[in-house]
This record gives sequence, structure tokens and C-alpha cells, in this order.
Amino acid sequence: MLIDIENIEKLYELGATHVHAIRGISLSIENNEYLSIMGPSGSGKSTLMNILGCLDTPTKGTYLFRGEAIQDMNDDQLAAIRNREIGFVFQTFNLLPRANALHNVELPLVYDGTPARERKQRAVEALEAVGLADRAHHRPSEMSGGERQRVAIARALVNNPSLILADEPTGNLDSKTGEEIMKIFEKIHGQGNTIILVTHEKYIAAYSQRAIHLLDGKIEREERIEDSQKT
Amino acid sequence: MNFGENIGTGFSNLRANKLRSALTILAIIIGVMAIMGLWSILQGLQNNVEQQLAILGSNTFQVQKTPALQMGRLDRKYRNRKNVTVEHALAIRDKASAVKLVGPEDWQFGVTVKYEDKKTNPNVQLAGGTPEFAENNGYFVAEGRFITNNDVDRARRVIILGKDVVKKVFPYGNPLGKWVRVDADRYEVVGLLEEQGAIFGESQDNQVVIPLTTFQNVYGKNRSINITVQAWSADDMERAIEQTVAILRVERKVPPGEPNDFEIWSSKTFIDTFNNIARIIKMAAIGIVSIALIVAGIGIMNIMLVSIRERTREIGIRKAVGAKRRDILSQFLTEAVILCAAGGIIGIALGIGVAELLAATTPLRAAIPIVPAFLALLFSSAVGLFFGIYPATKAARLDPIESLRYE
Repeated sequence: MLIDIENIEKLYELGATHVHAIRGISLSIENNEYLSIMGPSGSGKSTLMNILGCLDTPTKGTYLFRGEAIQDMNDDQLAAIRNREIGFVFQTFNLLPRANALHNVELPLVYDGTPARERKQRAVEALEAVGLADRAHHRPSEMSGGERQRVAIARALVNNPSLILADEPTGNLDSKTGEEIMKIFEKIHGQGNTIILVTHEKYIAAYSQRAIHLLDGKIEREERIEDSQKT
Repeated sequence: MNFGENIGTGFSNLRANKLRSALTILAIIIGVMAIMGLWSILQGLQNNVEQQLAILGSNTFQVQKTPALQMGRLDRKYRNRKNVTVEHALAIRDKASAVKLVGPEDWQFGVTVKYEDKKTNPNVQLAGGTPEFAENNGYFVAEGRFITNNDVDRARRVIILGKDVVKKVFPYGNPLGKWVRVDADRYEVVGLLEEQGAIFGESQDNQVVIPLTTFQNVYGKNRSINITVQAWSADDMERAIEQTVAILRVERKVPPGEPNDFEIWSSKTFIDTFNNIARIIKMAAIGIVSIALIVAGIGIMNIMLVSIRERTREIGIRKAVGAKRRDILSQFLTEAVILCAAGGIIGIALGIGVAELLAATTPLRAAIPIVPAFLALLFSSAVGLFFGIYPATKAARLDPIESLRYE
């Protein structure tokens, strides 16, 4: 088992108001699963994603990632887990604007102390895997949205993480490009990676194997997506 | 910690915000430039002083009633001292074994030398001396002769002219044997001095010399004179000074235990005094520049805070992919240090440039101050480090989720 979440809650205190973003969620995710998390805005989708991505810790409950208890970790320990185990793909790409594609992809390796030469080699390989080897020395501003998202995917892959976490990865792309991106995710999944996809688009969720629908901080329902449903 | 990454990002950020970076470090540039320029000129001046005073000879010293360099008004303590007299000079000549020559001399500043319708400005230095005067002061006679013992004994009205005076009063023709006026009195020109050059930009040739006795007849005997003493060699200097002090204390009846009631100075004391003044100026400059650098540091801190706000998203991205607090901290500290060190280097280069320019266009000289340059670089980097700590800590503590969401 890759992820085992037991009855987690998340409570935000914003001055006098309390926001109960997650009100008790339990969830298990196996290796090489392809899961999508769906739900309207305010359903706790982002909060759950932040917790799954080890960007945040739950207020209550336990979160085991490959057997490690995440809920008690401090900032730097979380950073180490993110660096080693998780690759992020964001809706807005989140690339460093002044760095070229190669350097953007290298970034996770910078923080685990990989020597410069090896870093470069692995970054080139990751860019090749998303079909962008020829754009290695271009900056994000010189690339199309689809290319930027492919750079972000290469960055997410470069560390060989246990989990790829994609937050609305096609939200800023036209449908044709979005489809290309989803094809890449499919390919990555086929190579044995675990993927969690956060989306509110049904046809995007359809690429996954299992969809979880959130409402008001709880799992409303869960559905298995059969191959026949896939577009 | 990733040094290469930090330096790379630091420079790329500096390049991306050229104008802002330049304005931010302007205060550092100016501060460092000012101190480097000043230091370089002072150092040049100091070297120059030592060179020039070496000409005075390392084996002569002077006895005077009052200190040679006195800032402000003469202290009563000095004014009430007994005069230094010719008798003192004679006592030193008779009794001090380490002493080769003793020359009593007296000076009158700001006289006018006149011949027929030509005259100098009223700024000529008139010396009353003895035959020893020439050797003690390093003067050489170009034509004619110097003062003789006979001139002194008989208080003859003879005069030796310096080069500047000759140029002014005798543009044509030979001055020897002519009678000139110094203020109201007439003297026969018997000798001309060789050109001396200038010390600290002041000509040493705007001088005339007459016998000491003649001088005292005209300007009065009741004045304190200078005694120039020459030891046999530089090695004898210390002994010569000791003997002179001992003799003068007896002559002037200074009770044991009391301080000397006269001053002794050599080119060494003069150099020491000058170096002291230079040190005070340097210290004052360091103080002022330190304040300037602290002000500059606050500017750096301000700009770093702005920069961190602008780059919140970048920090979020870095944290998301695994940057720890210390990674972000060291990144922004490195950036602040690069910024300040760049300011320091530019300031050093400009300061030395300005000093060299001054040296090339004025009589001042410049010396490249290597140690201060290192210190300036070190200090400006330290400013970056110190004033970078707060913004960098702030950046390191940013929450990755908030940062990623930041627009």
C-alpha cells in the first residue's frame, strides 16, 4: 500500500471563524493506481490534495505514506518527502520564469544534492520522455501552454517519485492539448507510476481507474471507471 | 545546501533587475568609493612625506622652544618657557660627543626682497644662520660662497639668495656683489643657492640666508632660536639626542623629574606626527563610511523584502519540489551578499580610479591600498549577510501552499 489515510480532519482558524475543510476522510491508495479526486469548489478537494502531497498536515487522524507517519512531520521533513516521493503538476504549470526548461526540470534534483552532471543527464532524459528534448534551452515564456505543462510533467518525473499529483493539469489548456497531456499521463501510468488527478471535469476523470467525489469535506461517493467508459 | 544553484540564481536575479540592483547598491558603491579614494590619496601622501623628509637627513634633529606642529593657538605652557639661545647651541657644540655639527638659526617669515624696481612678494623666508646651516639643511651653494664664521663674528650685511628669489629680482644679469633690500635693510649678495625643489608642494627656494648675528641685530636678540643638530651618523642619532637633552636640562636648570622645557624633533617625529594625523582622518572616514554602509544595508533589506514578495511564487515552487528552509535561507542570503559584494567591488574600482585620476592631474600621489580594499569587500559582504538575514528568514518561513497560490 502506498497511501493509507485514516479518518483525517483539517480545521483552519482564520481569526474568529473556523473552517472545517475536511471532516473525516479515510482512503487507501495502492501502488500504480490511477485515482481522480472530484468535487465542486469548497468541497475540500484542494485541502485533501495539499495533505496528500505533504504540503500540509491534517489536524486530526493519521496519514501513512509508504508506512511513514506524515501527520507528525515538521516542515523540513515534509520537504524531504516531497522531494523524494512526490511529483507535482499544477494547473498554472508553476515553472520558474527565468530558468530554461532544463533547469526547471533539474530543480528537484538540486535539493537532493545530486551532482550537477548527473542532474543534467536525468533532466534531459525526463524531457525526452515528454518529447521536449529540443526545447531544453527555452524559457517558459518562449513555449506554448502544452509545452509548459510537459516541462512540468518532466519535472515531476525526474526524481522517480512514488506518486504523481496533478492538480487540474488541463485547466489552462485547450481541449486538444489537454488530451495530449492526458495521453502522457496514461503513458506514465502504464510505466508503473501512481497518479492522483484532481479535477472537476468528468471527461478528464474518465482517464483514471477510480474516482472519489468529495462534498463538504467528506467522501460523497466512490466509483470505479470501467475501460468501456473511457473516451 | 547548493552553492552553485544559489550563485546562479543570485546573478540571474541581479541581471533581471539591473536598474533596481544598481540603485540598491549605489550607497555601497559611493561609500566604498569615497573611502578607497581617500585612503589611496592619504597613503600616497604618507609615502610622499616619508620620501621627502628622508631628504632632510636621518641624522639631524632640531631643538625648539615650542612643538613643530601645533594645532590651534600656542599653549601658555609653551609660551612661558625660557627661550632657546645661542649659548645653548654653544654648550651642545662643546659637550656632546656624538654631535658633528650644531647650527643655531632663526627664521623670519614673510619678508620682501627688493633690487632696484624689482621685488618679490612679501612671502620670502629669511633665515639667520651660521656656516653649519648649509650642511644641516642640505643646502648647496651654486655660485659665490655661503656664510663664513667671519661674517657671523662681524655681523656682516651679506646675503645668500634662493633660486626663486633670484628669478624674481634678478631676471637678467649676475646678482653677486649687488646690494638688495630685505624690507628696510641692505645686504650684499655673496652667494646663490642651488635649486631645492618643493616639500608638500611648497617651494624651498623662496628663501634667503643672512648671518645669525646680523639677523639678531635687525630682528632683536630676545627671540627663541632653533638649533639644528647633526649627529655623526644615523646610528649616533639616539645618543646625540640623549646628550643634547642632558646638556640642555643642565643649561636650562630643569629640576630632575620635571619634563623637558624644550622640544626636540627630527624627520622621524615629523613623520610620526603626520602619520598620526593621517590615522585620525582614516578613522573618521571609516566611521562615516560605516554609517553610510549601515544605511545602505537598510536599503538592501528593504529591496530584498520587496523581491521576496515578488518571488513568493518562486519560493512556493522551490518548496513544493523539496527545498528546505535552509535552502531558501541560503539562496536569499547568497543573493544579498552577491549584491553587496558587487557594490563593494565596483566601489573599490571607482575609488582607486578616482585616486589615480587625482594623482595624474594634481601634485597628489595615489597608492593602491590592497588591505583596505580587501576589508572593504569583506565589510560590504558582511553588510549583505547581516541585512539579508531578516528577509531571507522571512522567505524561508513562507508557507508553500500560500506561496503557490500567491498572485
